[in-house]
Amino acid sequence: MHRAVPPVISVTPSRALVDETFRVAVQNLPPGSPVTLHSLHRSEDEDLWEAFGHYVSDSRGTVSVADDFSFGGTYTGKEAMGLLWSMSPVPGSREGLRLRKKNVCIPQLVNISVYGGHVEEGFGERLPLASTLTERWHLGPGVRRIEISERGVRGTLFIPPGPGPFPGMLDMWGGGGGLLEYRSALLASHGYASLALEYFTAGELKSADKEFSYFETAFNIVREHPQVIPDRVGLFGLSLGSLMASYLAAESSVIEPRCCVCVSGGHLYPRGVFCYFCRHKLRVDEHNREIWRSINLPIPEDLSQKLDVGKINCPMLLVNGIDDQNWPTVECAEDMAHMMRAAGKEHLLTRIEYPDAGHLIEPPYSPHSRATKFIKDGVTVILLWGGQTKPHADAQEDSWRNILAFLQKHLYCTQNPKAKM
Amino acid sequence: MDRKRCCVKLSVHPSRGLMDEKFTVLVQNVLPGFQLTVYAFYKCEGGYSWEAFAHYTASATGAVNVSEDPSRGGTYSGVEPMGLMWSLRPVPGSKSGLRMRKMNVQTPMEVTISVYQGHLTEGFVDQVPLAAVVVERWYMAPGVRRIPITEGGLTATLFLPSGPGPFPGLLDLWGGGGKLVEYRAALLASHGIAAMALDYLTPQITKETGKMVDYEYFEAAYRVLEQHPQILGSRIAMLGLSFGTSVTLRMAVYSQVIKLRCAVCISGSHVQPIDGSVAQIMTSFNDNADKTRFNEEQHVIWRDLLMPIPTDASLKVDVGRLRCPLLLVVGEDDQNWPSYESAMDMKEMMQRAGNEHLLTVLSYPNAGHLIEPPFTPSARASAFKTISNTPQTVMVLWGGEPVAHSVAQEDSWRKTLVFLRVNLYGGSQPGAAASSHL
Repeated sequence: MHRAVPPVISVTPSRALVDETFRVAVQNLPPGSPVTLHSLHRSEDEDLWEAFGHYVSDSRGTVSVADDFSFGGTYTGKEAMGLLWSMSPVPGSREGLRLRKKNVCIPQLVNISVYGGHVEEGFGERLPLASTLTERWHLGPGVRRIEISERGVRGTLFIPPGPGPFPGMLDMWGGGGGLLEYRSALLASHGYASLALEYFTAGELKSADKEFSYFETAFNIVREHPQVIPDRVGLFGLSLGSLMASYLAAESSVIEPRCCVCVSGGHLYPRGVFCYFCRHKLRVDEHNREIWRSINLPIPEDLSQKLDVGKINCPMLLVNGIDDQNWPTVECAEDMAHMMRAAGKEHLLTRIEYPDAGHLIEPPYSPHSRATKFIKDGVTVILLWGGQTKPHADAQEDSWRNILAFLQKHLYCTQNPKAKM
Repeated sequence: MDRKRCCVKLSVHPSRGLMDEKFTVLVQNVLPGFQLTVYAFYKCEGGYSWEAFAHYTASATGAVNVSEDPSRGGTYSGVEPMGLMWSLRPVPGSKSGLRMRKMNVQTPMEVTISVYQGHLTEGFVDQVPLAAVVVERWYMAPGVRRIPITEGGLTATLFLPSGPGPFPGLLDLWGGGGKLVEYRAALLASHGIAAMALDYLTPQITKETGKMVDYEYFEAAYRVLEQHPQILGSRIAMLGLSFGTSVTLRMAVYSQVIKLRCAVCISGSHVQPIDGSVAQIMTSFNDNADKTRFNEEQHVIWRDLLMPIPTDASLKVDVGRLRCPLLLVVGEDDQNWPSYESAMDMKEMMQRAGNEHLLTVLSYPNAGHLIEPPFTPSARASAFKTISNTPQTVMVLWGGEPVAHSVAQEDSWRKTLVFLRVNLYGGSQPGAAASSHL
């Protein structure tokens, strides 16, 4: 039987960090043939995520995702990384899923395949013309992972390879709680000794004083590590973690962060307690997804309801999505700028705001979830985070680049701020 | 140590790559004009330590880019993007005659790349580097499947590329040292070819019977490929190095079973008694053992055993009868086989027979015998254990000057992949692909 020679699909590099780009190419196709490039990932929770783009091979029978236009699918246009950031759960999946890596010691495996024709659905029932596997890592080679459980603090510390010493980072996620290591693993892969802090859920925090000292102790654990440069430790927070970062920067008399990265955060807290449920202002959308952004709007004039950000003495980078449906982050950023200006501290502040980006601004190329499940007071609800897929993906890519440049500038002393990353 | 000093940034991209992929080593955040040494360290499977290093001076922007900047000295000089890999050598005080070969292809080679202050040539272990990173170098791309083959009395490993296939196939033969050496086949599978590494000198069956294998063994290996549901039976190639070339040429011309789409022969010869068994090829070499020479260091030179190239047609494979494209890769400083002279004779034979259009010769000045996939060190001489009833270890001179040899490896591998791609993936008829692509 004479069988046809299949096309060859390649992903370069085949193994990469999650924030690195790749080039997906197909060769040996008949010229001018319509094909579908497809990505498939089985998450640690056993859900399937996929993305696809419709292409036409050129006169030499090749398709290059980085150079060619996708005419349809989960992304369109010239999008080198579209097969990753436009992923969503396959039809029939459970509702409200969010893709988050738990075990950073093994890579995310993504199957990239090419199908004949412009396929819209039913990829699982067809045989691809060719497929290949690519590994996406949060952990670079040589990065050390150390479980921390001391002085009441729980978390995981990631140390870059080499003798050090390194700048440090305290890395805090949002109100969902738990221990998520992936951003710290990635930061360590970029040269920062980063502690992913195990986070309580909002309801667990009983008093402001206890919360405060927990984070101060965590910061000191990083600062006192023999491979960390003690006066170059920064704070990185998202959502509630962002609020914590700002709080520590403004109010702590014990620690002095060198700089802060605050993603999708704010400066509001009523009466010193991190509780943000004023239920009468809670809205839901047509799909019964909770929208929390207006709970604390308008931004109060009352200074006791917000952090005194005028007391901050270190550079701050605020990264927000203008379509954030969970927290009024842009309004907060505006008010924070106003307060810092009044205190003569405006030169410390850098604000980046992204149109049509939502609340969950994560490292680049991770899929966007406009709404996902969230456990609130022991009950599972669906929260609307906001954002449209393509602008949100662009925001993740652009903000990460800005974040790394900001950290490089303030934690690694650079001779030339414009040096290539 | 001054903990307040500016932190040097060292990065290698990609941090996880295939063995034949280049990387970029970048040093940043040093003062302009700063003198530094970039250092590579690797502990091989045998437990030996290897190192390479190069001296650089930082640019006006306080950076060093190994791919673009010249090394002023070290184990390599000039602009050499991959010098830190191919110039690796055993650390001072090591055992002599070492050769770097990865036998376990399922784990990566882990190389530590560091940067030291100043232009150092020794004592790296006693100094603390400014920064260090780890780089992984893989023979197997993600998704490549490794399948041990023992059916039909074979001692082999099949590497299937990822995906449904079907894929072109390839029989991969090493040389007179024997053993089951998998890394080249693993790399070929990472490039879309279902490649089988075949142990044909020290297979289980030879260990049990004491007899060397013959035509049937290679034909059985070919059949495994031909009948495999994920392999295209009409698109099978053979690749041989050194003695593997002898086998490849014999099978390509004389086997009634093996029908090759194309063949690649590295550092070998067509000179062999064509009547008789494969084992008799070996003994014919031994018959000329008195032509063995030695250099000043008493390293063994075996290239004369087959010289002069005979004119008698019964003493060489009749390459005029070849019906498939043939790629010959030879090093002009090969001290182990007269591969260049053999290539020239094969060319002449094919010209007379009228099938010269099938032939491509890649000939590299100052390259030696062991032309391997790129970016690993080559040895001008190394310890070689002979395959015989009374095996002995001798220091064999392979030849080759390091820079020229590494150029030969990089260039020939790239062209070999193109040759295989064109002939195995392209065209509806074998031989239709023009060798002008190279």
